[in-house]
Amino acid sequence: MLVGAVFFPLLGASIAGLFGRWIGDRAAQAATILCMVLAAICGLAAFWQVAMGHAPTTIEIVTFLDVGGFEVSWALRYDALSAVMVGMVTLISTLIHIYSVGYMSHDPDRPRFFAYLSLFTFMMLMLVTADNLVQLFFGWEGVGLASYLLIGFWYEKESACAAAMKAFIVNRVGDLFFMLGLALTFWTFGSVEFSAIFGAIEQHKDATFAGLPAYEVICVLLFLGACGKSAQLGLHTWLPDAMEGPTPVSALIHAATMVTAGVFLVARMSPVFEWAPTALALVTVVGASTALFAATIGCVQNDIKRIIAYSTCSQLGYMFFAAGVGAYQGAIFHLFTHAFFKALLFLGAGSVIHAMSDEQDIRRMGGIWRKIPMTYAVMWIGSLALAGVPFFAGYYSKDFVLEAAFAAHSAVGFYAFAAGLLAAFLTAFYSWRLIILTFHGVPRADHHTMEHVHESPMSMLAPLMVLAVGAITVGAVFKDEFIGHHWEQFWNGAIVNAPHNHIMHAVHEVPSWVPLAPTVVGLAGIALAYILYMLAPSIPGKLASSFGGLYRFLLNKWYFDELYDAIFVRPARALARVLWQKVDAGMIDGVPNGAAGLAADVAQGAVRIQTGRVANYAFVMIAGLAIFVTVLVFGAAR
Amino acid sequence: MNAAGFPLLSLLTFLPLAGAIAILTLRGDDKVTAENARWTALWTSLIVFALSLILWFRFDKADPGFQFVERLDWLSEFGITYHMGVDGISVLFILLSTLLTPICILASWESITTRVREYMVAFLVLETMMVGMFAALDFIVFYVFFEGVLIPMFLIIGVWGGKRRVYASFKFFLYTLLGSVLMLLAILLLWFRAGTTDIPELMRHAIPAGLQTWIFLAFFASFAVKVPMWPFHTWLPDAHVEAPTAGSVILAGVLLKMGAYGFLRFSLPMLPHASADFAPFIYALSIIAVVYTSLVALAQEDMKKLIAYSSVAHMGIVTLGIFTFSVQGLSGALYTMLSHGIVSGALFLCVGVLYDRVHSREIARYGGVAKIMPAYALVFMLFTMASVALPGLAGFPGELLVIVAAWKVNGWVAFGAAMGMILGAAYALFLYKRVAFGRITRDDLRGLLDMSPREHAVFAPLVILAVWMGVYPQSFLSFFEASVTALVVRHEAALGAARLAGM
Repeated sequence: MLVGAVFFPLLGASIAGLFGRWIGDRAAQAATILCMVLAAICGLAAFWQVAMGHAPTTIEIVTFLDVGGFEVSWALRYDALSAVMVGMVTLISTLIHIYSVGYMSHDPDRPRFFAYLSLFTFMMLMLVTADNLVQLFFGWEGVGLASYLLIGFWYEKESACAAAMKAFIVNRVGDLFFMLGLALTFWTFGSVEFSAIFGAIEQHKDATFAGLPAYEVICVLLFLGACGKSAQLGLHTWLPDAMEGPTPVSALIHAATMVTAGVFLVARMSPVFEWAPTALALVTVVGASTALFAATIGCVQNDIKRIIAYSTCSQLGYMFFAAGVGAYQGAIFHLFTHAFFKALLFLGAGSVIHAMSDEQDIRRMGGIWRKIPMTYAVMWIGSLALAGVPFFAGYYSKDFVLEAAFAAHSAVGFYAFAAGLLAAFLTAFYSWRLIILTFHGVPRADHHTMEHVHESPMSMLAPLMVLAVGAITVGAVFKDEFIGHHWEQFWNGAIVNAPHNHIMHAVHEVPSWVPLAPTVVGLAGIALAYILYMLAPSIPGKLASSFGGLYRFLLNKWYFDELYDAIFVRPARALARVLWQKVDAGMIDGVPNGAAGLAADVAQGAVRIQTGRVANYAFVMIAGLAIFVTVLVFGAAR
Repeated sequence: MNAAGFPLLSLLTFLPLAGAIAILTLRGDDKVTAENARWTALWTSLIVFALSLILWFRFDKADPGFQFVERLDWLSEFGITYHMGVDGISVLFILLSTLLTPICILASWESITTRVREYMVAFLVLETMMVGMFAALDFIVFYVFFEGVLIPMFLIIGVWGGKRRVYASFKFFLYTLLGSVLMLLAILLLWFRAGTTDIPELMRHAIPAGLQTWIFLAFFASFAVKVPMWPFHTWLPDAHVEAPTAGSVILAGVLLKMGAYGFLRFSLPMLPHASADFAPFIYALSIIAVVYTSLVALAQEDMKKLIAYSSVAHMGIVTLGIFTFSVQGLSGALYTMLSHGIVSGALFLCVGVLYDRVHSREIARYGGVAKIMPAYALVFMLFTMASVALPGLAGFPGELLVIVAAWKVNGWVAFGAAMGMILGAAYALFLYKRVAFGRITRDDLRGLLDMSPREHAVFAPLVILAVWMGVYPQSFLSFFEASVTALVVRHEAALGAARLAGM
């Protein structure tokens, strides 16, 4: 069962990917979905058995490599943390597979699409059940590959290809640091297996690398790797562009699962992070900054998917600063609830796009809520959960995260709290801006499109409803287990809080206004959006023109893309050209070619001496004789 | 006599030569001769491959020494014997050579139409030279094979190559020969000192540290060109571009490994001090190779040239791994050599598939191939990803081990090697995007056929190996573990002894 949860998706991917052309679209779809359903059953059973039943276990498969003490195996590690992830990933992935049947029904390449989706799920499951850093890296890169293939699924679109490449290469920047972190982990602990590492935490606490504490260096390197995958500030640029992929992909990969891999990594390595306070402070600052930064951009974007993408980026920031202040449980809890409501929002947006004949610009929507009531309802539920309105899923996790930041009683903690609170306000604001512009007001689409607006088929609505139920309930249902009274039994050592870390208790002793604050600012954000876009729709335009500089700055995403283009991409390409044409062809190749040329020239010169005319030879002989005699005579005289 | 019970290595070495002679005796109508030559060559190479599998099954992985040893008197009054044998370092390269040869012959089935008989003869002679080189345990025998490889390769490039084939083949020949002349001098020097050219005996022969430097430099001149290391790499892109597809496959798959093999077989065990002294210099060249050639690859407009430059970058990882002198580094280097042999060979075959149809290697000439040739696109993607060292495919374990080993030496060295992860992804994906993705803009591409059954047969073993090597590398790593460990232990002992003597 535990093995099946991981390997059924691979089976489905292989059937659809390798034989899709022979067995036909329908059979390929059916095969992948069947495999996913089986995986979900196994996954949920695993969640029940391992996490709720407190029965962690590890399944060894085979030795991957064993070279001079560097030992790595393929193994599935099931503890509470991975069981939570396995259950969540298989469930959401199954729903998205089903949704895709309807969403992709007009696409000619469906077997390929389903094969990629299942391949992705398999890689994600390998990532979360990894027993060592190398296997985690296998899944880590594997989801990167699947993400690359899915973003570039419509490969005839130039922009999709470019976005896919960008995603892969930016991720690779993070992966470089991951790899280095892995190397240092090995040389510090003598192993990359989690159980060996966590068992030896005490022994190597004083290890240093280049004069710095080794734990700090490891954690910073791994965190930089996590930044790439989880689109944190600096390495976030690929995520909005990734929206070029089909919408179910955005929901599965770029919202619910893959992008949270970085948070998972930090939680998984919590025993080491606990002893790296500087690295944790860095995590907190980067996470908090990302939360705020992405929220500011989300407020002015016009593409429905990009708004949600920036929202994802921002929510990932919340997870990171929660981990940064030591509340890894809160980070995973937010990850868990976020998976439901963000997948819901994305799929809802997909349903809108489907209804609007592939229109994604919210400026050309509006006035459609009566025509697609189900979609409208689930978008409300998703947004309420996202904004942290009481009793929806996001309320419990977001409140906890902010309380933890406050309870940390450190400078970075307060910074995270302030940034998080402000971001919560902006989150509520842009969510309702999206809802109002998309569904309300006068229709701004052309007549033809409006006539075709229709509710999505059942295959799309059913997953939406399941996710909506999740977005309403999972917070309330699981809060006691994840962060409440039973957290110690539930996590069962899968996440470690060092003895000096009391955050899980301190959270309950914050001043009474702190738990209220997120709700208040959330409602304020909703109110502001309602005023600006519902009651006085002329104000936003005026604001944009009177603060033109700020507006353009936000609209252009703080000019990160332009900056990177100017300092990395273009210089690299120019340098490549210079190195090739000047250095390689000119200088390095010039030496042998020059030597060959010189040899040829010398030979040419030698040829010229041999003219074949007797007079010349005679002259040279006489001249030589004269010189010889002169030297002899003068030499003898001396 | 040995584990096989008969002189297996000699048979593997000279059976292709017998096949070549058989082909030379073929007479008759051109078309019939060509067909017969093809089949004879294919069967010869397949039989050789089947025989070489004995090595895979009968090789004793626990024994670090030489196995399947054969020894015959040859020029014994000069201390030169015909001595063959394999250890963990060389055994898999013999298998690589015997595997790639039938694949190459099959890949040339339709693309070579002129002088087919001579072409097949050249390939079989090439196989003899390659196998002989990896099996040789006498320096002179090694040298004969090492240089002998040049002749068939020179002919393959010069006769069946592209437009600038004469320039490329002469450059290839002269460049590599120049380095080898210095090596010959070093061999003569060793022979004068030790009175023998037997490799196992030379390994036991201690050489004073001062002399080691000079011998190292002479070896370096030969091996660095063969690897090729930056800045001696410029012959490679030209040779690859002009060579026929199968020539490129052997060039990238086996010939590039000869230099690194030389470092492992001679420089490290015989010249431990000089190797240790020159290590920082090698690190610098290796990292320059990784970063510089990856950047250069990014700017290429010719598919084969791009892959040729990427080979130089991968060889940078190999030389870096060798000179870390650790078990992980050496194993990683060997693994990268093997995987690069499979993967870059396969990538050249991928280019060949398109070249056979369109007769152009220019990247801009393509675009949207994925739409018309889905099976090809899948195979090409697989090998592109293997070349980028995606975990789960052949390229990854080697790169992982080398980076881990490099970190032990110095964090910055590891960082430089890891830069290849980013740049490698950039040029490989950029190539793939321009060839396979995008909208089809040229009408003549629309009519292309997907891979033929023959091409499937060519790629199938490579695909299986690329995945197998990625998922279960231990089955290959276990071959060289004992030999590599012994090599590292001896290297450290040699350095330790000198340190004690110096005190």
